[in-house]
Amino acid sequence: MKIRESGFLLLSLLLVLSGCASTGGNPTDPWEGVNRKVFVFNDKLDTYALKPVAQGYQAVTPLPARTNISNFFGNVEDVWIGVNNLLQGKPKDGASDFGRFAVNSTIGILGFFDIASEIGLEKHDEDFGQTLGRWGVGDGPYMVLPLFGSSTVRDTGGMIVDRLTYNPNSLIKRIPVRNGLTATKVVNLRAQLLGAERALDEAALDKYVFMRNFHLQRRRSLIYDGRPPREDDFSAAPLVEPQGPGMLSQRGLFDLVLVDASSPMPVDGE
Amino acid sequence: MFKSLLCVVLSVFAVQAMAQEAPDVLARSVMTDVLEIVKTDKAIQAGDQKRIIDLVEAKVVKHFDFQHMTALAVGREWRSASAEQKTALAAEFQTLLVRSYSNALAQYKNQTIDFKPLRMQAADTDVIVRTEIKQPGAKPVAIDYDMEKKADGWKVYDVMVAGVSLVTNYRETFSQEIKAGGIDGLIKSLREKNKQLEAGKK
Repeated sequence: MKIRESGFLLLSLLLVLSGCASTGGNPTDPWEGVNRKVFVFNDKLDTYALKPVAQGYQAVTPLPARTNISNFFGNVEDVWIGVNNLLQGKPKDGASDFGRFAVNSTIGILGFFDIASEIGLEKHDEDFGQTLGRWGVGDGPYMVLPLFGSSTVRDTGGMIVDRLTYNPNSLIKRIPVRNGLTATKVVNLRAQLLGAERALDEAALDKYVFMRNFHLQRRRSLIYDGRPPREDDFSAAPLVEPQGPGMLSQRGLFDLVLVDASSPMPVDGE
Repeated sequence: MFKSLLCVVLSVFAVQAMAQEAPDVLARSVMTDVLEIVKTDKAIQAGDQKRIIDLVEAKVVKHFDFQHMTALAVGREWRSASAEQKTALAAEFQTLLVRSYSNALAQYKNQTIDFKPLRMQAADTDVIVRTEIKQPGAKPVAIDYDMEKKADGWKVYDVMVAGVSLVTNYRETFSQEIKAGGIDGLIKSLREKNKQLEAGKK
């Protein structure tokens, strides 16, 4: 995607969304009306297109091959994960990510084997949206993006930066190969989630709200690297409570406040 | 006479020792036990829902504190609920959670479970037992159990999947239901959901 295209996409999305009045009661989701429609659209698209393809893929691809494919895509991402760890002030984790890439690209044969995990270089999960969160940027309103699913204004911005800055696919000149790779990546990812959606169907009273809460809590947990501070037992709606840096939904996307050194953040290398 | 007295004393100690079993030891033994059955039981592997729910009812449920879980999920409205409402709510929520949990368990095939070392002081009454589900070709998923010490042993009162609290994830839906139809409205919705799942099972 070119800069102008994605900028336009984001802008038009925001314009469409800002035209819609608030419907539900959750202050983190002022665009619930539109979000719900996109949610239904994504759900339909998944039921009739993506899910059957993923099921077929799972049926014909033996597990070891699927593992290799996941490893391959994971390996490519490790470089960008490392960059984000550096941006978040975690040089140790960043170095480990680059080490992973070096080991897996060579000994792990182009990343098809995750040797690095076996020698103790743990896989991390970072992206630019998380980096922004770590820097103190609030989530902004919740958004359901067509095709991509749950996000927030901050994370949508983060995703665009991810794609513009780090797009190894663009190195591949042959368009069919490039598209084939992208398709494989998406289908492989979806196949990993087969089974998860049944749990969602069964557990949720309102699937949309359940998904939204899950997504927002999950992102929060990721920003704190899996150690978010615990929420109070009997407080009101937890998602709108000020909990710490980066968690204030009221804060805007461009309100770049660097995290106060005294803020309770998890210690690195835990 | 002396012998039987000794027996009683010993068994009292034994019961106490069991109740005081360290939370991670308890979690590990229950999980290992249950997963072994899930993996080897042919009916469960073939998708027999009733069987896995029975298994969870028999082995897992007694280690969970559903009253506490429900209180957490309901939030501050919990205080305004009557005793009967609390019991009914906890019962319906338990049914829902047991079913979801059982179905998640039934998916267990190629995964392995890792128990992280527990950080705990002797006097602690509230701990997190951290586990990690590893599956080939995917990032490991963290599943953490929040446990608290009760008179009859350690009980789980929240389960965190990938850093997300299963219990507080319900809070918003619950408060919406309560706003719309009071505590009784929430009980009714949960009851209907359970019935619907029960019917869909056949």
